Amino acid sequence: MPHDTTPSNKTLYQKLVDSHTVRRLDEDNVLLFCDLHLMNEYTSPQAFAGLHEENRKVAVPGQNVSVVSHIIPTDPSAIRIIHDAASALQASNLARNCAMHGIPLFDTNDAMQGIEHVVAPEHGMIRPGMVVICGDSHTTTYGALGALGFGIGTSEVEHVLATQTLVYRTAKDMRIRVDGTLPTGTTSKDLILMIIGQIGAQGARGYVVEFCGTAIEQLSVEARFTLCNMAVEAGARGALIAPDETSIRYVLEKCPDIVGQTRESALAAWKDLRSDADATFDAEHVFDAANIEPHVTWGTSPDQVLPISGKIPSPESLSSEIRRSAEQALRYTALQPGAALAGTPIEHVFIGSCTNARIEDLRAAASIVEGRQVAKGVRAMVVPGSGAVKIQAELEGLDKVFLNAGFEWRKPGCSMCLAMNDDVLMDGIRCASTTNRNFEGRQGRGAITHLMSPAMAAAAAVTGMITDARKMEQTHAN
Amino acid sequence: MPTDRTITGQATALRIDNLDTDQIMPKQFLRGIDKSGLAQGLLYDLRFDKSGTLRPECALNHPDRAGTNVLLGGSNFGCGSSREHAVWGLLQYGIQAVVAPSFGEIFYSNAMGNRLLLVQLDPQTIEAMMDLADGAEAPPMQIDVASRKVTYGPIQAEFPISQRHQTMFLQGVDVIGLTLNHQEEIHAFAESHWAKQPWVRDVAKRMKEHLDSSPR
Repeated sequence: MPHDTTPSNKTLYQKLVDSHTVRRLDEDNVLLFCDLHLMNEYTSPQAFAGLHEENRKVAVPGQNVSVVSHIIPTDPSAIRIIHDAASALQASNLARNCAMHGIPLFDTNDAMQGIEHVVAPEHGMIRPGMVVICGDSHTTTYGALGALGFGIGTSEVEHVLATQTLVYRTAKDMRIRVDGTLPTGTTSKDLILMIIGQIGAQGARGYVVEFCGTAIEQLSVEARFTLCNMAVEAGARGALIAPDETSIRYVLEKCPDIVGQTRESALAAWKDLRSDADATFDAEHVFDAANIEPHVTWGTSPDQVLPISGKIPSPESLSSEIRRSAEQALRYTALQPGAALAGTPIEHVFIGSCTNARIEDLRAAASIVEGRQVAKGVRAMVVPGSGAVKIQAELEGLDKVFLNAGFEWRKPGCSMCLAMNDDVLMDGIRCASTTNRNFEGRQGRGAITHLMSPAMAAAAAVTGMITDARKMEQTHAN
Repeated sequence: MPTDRTITGQATALRIDNLDTDQIMPKQFLRGIDKSGLAQGLLYDLRFDKSGTLRPECALNHPDRAGTNVLLGGSNFGCGSSREHAVWGLLQYGIQAVVAPSFGEIFYSNAMGNRLLLVQLDPQTIEAMMDLADGAEAPPMQIDVASRKVTYGPIQAEFPISQRHQTMFLQGVDVIGLTLNHQEEIHAFAESHWAKQPWVRDVAKRMKEHLDSSPR
């Protein structure tokens, strides 16, 4: 296929928007064509209802896919039965809508069921250069493969169903360069928590972030998913990593249809998916990966985060803009200013979510758990991100590692990340969690969430407190 | 659709930063397949205690605030999940506008699309407005979309709003209907897009069929 060799000075983001622009609507907005639209059971019902009210059809059913993600039970019984009547109706309603319009569906008892953002890429549905949207804010995940992903609301879900396009307000470009090598025992979760802590929960608001630098190049695709997934917690409207050998190898493994001449054309097209050397960004941040420690949140916003050796800040020491939210957060999390975060007792551990429930995450957690026991008084659960992740983990014997240590090994789903199914924390319970949001009440009314990496959550499970996992590994090796 | 876009009303201050959509519309109210019943869920944990009784310390529950139709919020109002239920809940409760220093991205487009007016002002102006709202003799607030002006007692401020959103507020627009006017252009675009990148065409359908036909 002829390849456009016109010199340009565009960012990767601008190239993705340009290649999907049907027409410009005004100075700020374009009509954007969408390659893949993911749906779940709770942000799509009213969109289908609106569509039906207006007698409109789904424009391109094959570019849409649905996954029952948020409400499915994770208990280990063979057949999943949704006991909550309203949730069961959401699931059956989604199945009916998908059948009516010919939209592919991962239904409640599909063997490959799981979290939408884990299921789609592992079955080759996400490819470099695509625009991917979903009624879920963590759609930024797909930037890991050089696809522009972002979350939309239900009205926009209806718009996409009817037209396969969106009225899209273009964002500004931000580059975040991270050079160096992440130290042993730290992960992309620590990296993104550090970045959110530094730039703030609104630091990337209005921007699409492109991550680059030697530290990013060294990350596996799974680690990149984690990074891009949480970029939305800095307010980003999208996150991108230019496709490289690592991500293209991943995609080709998952996409049996990209072979022969198609493969040659795809590889040629994907070569251009990078910011031009003279492209300009509206904002830029530079970080060094070399000295990053494991990070853990202490508050109720993902930017209220500390390196594990750090001390909980006293609100008086903070600038006036963030003081009020810090006071509010400390009241909720019941932590003392000036105290170390390490050593804080926890009662629950949740390893799961679209941020950290992929096979590499489970391997990292299992490596800490192996040969140890969950601490007395702690309830710990692992919820794999998908059926495929669960099967792979069981092939590797990770389920046994977790079960032998006293963890619950559950069925895949969103589970206790937002607690829309039966997995809800009780009031006042403190949880070490591999999820993405530590908001008030997120995992249950009054429950307190500390975000961290899978290894750190595993360390918390076996020690009963927030613990530097790097020290655990050393103990274990001895 | 109503097209009067001067909002006159009673403002109530919620001095909370990062008020996320999980708090604006908690998860237990997301189980419907229609938009009904969301007024009850609005800010549920703030408005009600664990036994379901109204919390007197919540400003919205004060008897004088029964007619609140404008919220004065903290920074990053509506951050977090994409759930549009948060916007529907605010509207069903009777809120017509939220005035805050900044808003979550997806929330912003959800709100404006549903004609819940979001007014962004600088934090100092909002602090002054909150002090006024908390006082005994709070004046009515006037927000005029056409002139982009807020008037609250002695305070006057101008707010940003895009041309597109302003038109949507003043005239009411069926966005899907407008886009469907370009249907032929979309089809032509799609055909050329797929010709260049055949591997993105029907990607979900093809991969799901492949998966379902593969031996497990």
